[in-house]
Amino acid sequence: MDKVLKNTGVHFFSSKKSASDIKGKIFVGVTQLAVILIIAILFIILGIIVYEGRAKFSWEFISSFPTNGMTEGGIFPALIGTFILVIVMSIAAVPFGTITALYLTEYASENSKFAAAVRFSVRTLAVVPSIIFGLFGLGFFIQFLGAGADTAFNGGQLRWGQPNILWASLTMSLLTLPVIIVSVEEALKTIPRELREASLALGATKWQTIKKVVLPGSVSGIMTGTILAVSRGAGEVAPILFTGAAYYLATLPGSLSDQFMNLGYHIYIMSTQSSDVEKTMPIQFATTLVLLILTLSLNIVAVIIRSRIRRKAK
Amino acid sequence: MKDIKIKVNDLSLYYGEKQALNEITMDIPANKVTALIGPSGCGKSTFLRCINRMNDLIPSVSITGKMLVEGVDIYDKNVDVVNIRKKIGMVFQKSNPFPKSIYENIAYGPRINGIKDKTQLDEIVETSLRKAAIWDELKDRLDDSALGLSGGQQQRLCIGRTLAVSPDIILMDEPASALDPISTSKIEELVHELKEQYTIIIVTHNMQQAARTSDYTAFFYMGNLIEMGKTNSIFTKPVQKQTEDYITGRFG
Repeated sequence: MDKVLKNTGVHFFSSKKSASDIKGKIFVGVTQLAVILIIAILFIILGIIVYEGRAKFSWEFISSFPTNGMTEGGIFPALIGTFILVIVMSIAAVPFGTITALYLTEYASENSKFAAAVRFSVRTLAVVPSIIFGLFGLGFFIQFLGAGADTAFNGGQLRWGQPNILWASLTMSLLTLPVIIVSVEEALKTIPRELREASLALGATKWQTIKKVVLPGSVSGIMTGTILAVSRGAGEVAPILFTGAAYYLATLPGSLSDQFMNLGYHIYIMSTQSSDVEKTMPIQFATTLVLLILTLSLNIVAVIIRSRIRRKAK
Repeated sequence: MKDIKIKVNDLSLYYGEKQALNEITMDIPANKVTALIGPSGCGKSTFLRCINRMNDLIPSVSITGKMLVEGVDIYDKNVDVVNIRKKIGMVFQKSNPFPKSIYENIAYGPRINGIKDKTQLDEIVETSLRKAAIWDELKDRLDDSALGLSGGQQQRLCIGRTLAVSPDIILMDEPASALDPISTSKIEELVHELKEQYTIIIVTHNMQQAARTSDYTAFFYMGNLIEMGKTNSIFTKPVQKQTEDYITGRFG
């Protein structure tokens, strides 16, 4: 037996490292390098922003209006404007998105063409560039709906047919709709079939089952979706460029037909069109820092809630 | 057989093209326990789910034939399936309490039926839990989550939940198969007590359980009803050879 093995040169345990072993190690090394690189870049960016912005970053900064042609002062109106924007956006998007997700999960039959069309639309909507939403908002909400409303109810006087916080919020809600739909769908799917069966077997209708068993169980999913949508809506600028954001307003928006200031838009304008870009650098960085903290904390909360949902589903 | 609660006539069930139940014809007696036995995949659970139209939930299923409950064909177009399920309750193989309190689990059915008055609900909860032989264990923790109960307690809770809507017929799909022997015997005792008021149909793969708890037994094989009769006769002098083979353990 030994003689045969020796002749063919086969060893039971090879002490040499095989070629695929080395390739494997190189692969792991490259991926590790990539991860380190990405994290490093992230930290460098964050570091620069924190460093440059920390001087201006204060309670006064957050709570006061900009002064002196936007070269001094704070970002209070931009902060409030962003808040109002995401609130109105959520009021529009969350119910609509939840109902869509409910339809897709609970009511649509397997081969429904309509449901397939809805799913396709949601997926497509998710990848449309955000500037397209802005153009749509301008064309549909402002020039068609708004102008139409003015002609019909205002006797032609211009009130709704121009950029304002309502149209901007609605435009933004279209952008964030896919996020909400996907999160809610995911939460709905974690409700086990057995619970639905238990409810139906007791003589409940489908709607009663949804209202009393399915929806209460998916509240965290709806919350996750909402938070992710808000985080996205707080940061996106392109959809509100021509639908309602303004560079400088002396007062806070008083009604839905007013324009508003916005953190992301503020940063954009200051870095490209302010009278003294150098002088406003610290303000720009500080504003970026505020926006980053806002979106980061929202995302972290959403991730925590979502991981709790996933753990519950196991 | 004296009082017949359910008359099944040539009931066939198809999953798409595939036939799973073949012209089942049987009479199910009132206020008795009827056991459905047979090897895995013989169609007994599928048949059970036909009785409260739970198979309606599966889109590829089509059913022919008649199932008459007290003279009414439950598969008739004009029949409201929601009402059927209030009269025909079901206990599942794996207990499925809602992630709510014990009280709310039992009150779920009555609430759906429009009962809002707290005193009424309290009464129904107590009665149902007593009937399910679990009132004493749970009466001091009605507000605790149902998910904190043991497997056997959860199953008895589910039975109580089913009883709370006052059905006539209770379907049980292997209710004790996931439970330990002591919980199993508690459930079997319960079945015995309940049959005075309800008609019970129980699917079981455990022949000893069928012999212990049921008055009538129906033997299913490959989607066909091979034989049905008084439990005593089925187990001591079965008519069909297949029945005898199954009971003596030659297959299954």
